Amino acid sequence: MKSPRVKSLVIGLTMAIFITASLGVADEKEQVIRITAKRFEFSPKEITLNKGMPVLFEFGSMDRMHGFSCPGLKIRADIYPKKQNLLRFVPEKAGTFPFHCDNFCGTGHEGMVGTIIVKE
Amino acid sequence: MKINRRDLLKLAGFGGIVMASGMGRMGSWAKAAGENDFLFVQLSDTHWGFSGPPINPDSTGTLKKAVATVNGLQPQPDFIVFTGDLTHVTDDDKDRRTRMNQFREIISQLKVKDIKFMPGEHDAGLDEGEAFQELFGKTHYTFDHKGVHFIVIDNVSDPTSAIGDKQLEWVSEDLKQRDKDAPIVVFTHRPLFDLYPDWDWFTRDGNKVLEMLKPFSQVAVFNGHIHQENHQKIGNIFHHAAKGLMFPLPAPGSVPKKNPIPWDPAQPYKGLGFRRVGVEIKPTEITLTEFGVQGG
Repeated sequence: MKSPRVKSLVIGLTMAIFITASLGVADEKEQVIRITAKRFEFSPKEITLNKGMPVLFEFGSMDRMHGFSCPGLKIRADIYPKKQNLLRFVPEKAGTFPFHCDNFCGTGHEGMVGTIIVKE
Repeated sequence: MKINRRDLLKLAGFGGIVMASGMGRMGSWAKAAGENDFLFVQLSDTHWGFSGPPINPDSTGTLKKAVATVNGLQPQPDFIVFTGDLTHVTDDDKDRRTRMNQFREIISQLKVKDIKFMPGEHDAGLDEGEAFQELFGKTHYTFDHKGVHFIVIDNVSDPTSAIGDKQLEWVSEDLKQRDKDAPIVVFTHRPLFDLYPDWDWFTRDGNKVLEMLKPFSQVAVFNGHIHQENHQKIGNIFHHAAKGLMFPLPAPGSVPKKNPIPWDPAQPYKGLGFRRVGVEIKPTEITLTEFGVQGG
């Protein structure tokens, strides 16, 4: 079990990553989606986007290196802890697209999945 | 190196399993074998430490049965290769070493003592191969056997499941020393080509190795990872994925999720097995014979 001190540090770093990303790069017309990865889940697991609207993904990891891969939309990113991880793209087709962690992260790796829903 | 097309068709015709006919063919092969012809056995994805009775109620016995079956082969192979995922993943470093030691104890019963190892992501993905190297040695290396050059490539120790620039340079330097018509066999855990990226059945920078191998006329790749037979020829390179020895996985893209296929009590050990590979020199030709865990 982590000590309270360690927990505070982890949360603080994660917030710093997100604040930096939001202040530094987000465009007014972009939909900003913040995704937190930790063994063995993404939060949120379900993401809803609008076709044609630019998206900025801001990834953060709470523990170790993870990956974000959505083959159906041809997007992927490495998600490093203590590092800003950004990905921009424009969804050009509607539908439901599974995503998963593609950097092997442990016993629950195979279940580290989610879904992107792109609406018309 | 040429794959015997008749044998490939036969493999397909038997649903991936060659039984008595395969044994018979190997018998005649042995009689006709030339001085430099040889056999090796490929076992893969033993996942020692996995527990899940609905998937494999004999999880502690399957590997032992396969060892006994290999020991019963006549003739015995020159060497045996394990193409990764020797152990099932654990998040505990100590448990990982315990599983590796248990695995090593079981396979010490193999009669053939020339055994080649390489890691899978379950062995090496969490500690970048540290425990594997302690217990089994290098994760990438080359060796030569009776005129065939073997290259063992590690595509799992990198956290991103890539081969990495350093190892790619090492492969490039090794290939510079080979004649373009030299028979080359590559062993890897993950497939080098995009077999099915949606399920992570690929190597992120595998195409760089395949490009390096393009000028060579006799190349075959043997890999594990996908827990089923898969035979493809891409360009001049043959790719042969092997069955596993703990649980089979579904055919690529055949179901929404790549969950292990549950145990079938009516057909125990279905989908599990290993292969024997016969290599004939001049002209170089390889023959695959697939076996069930207990030889059936």
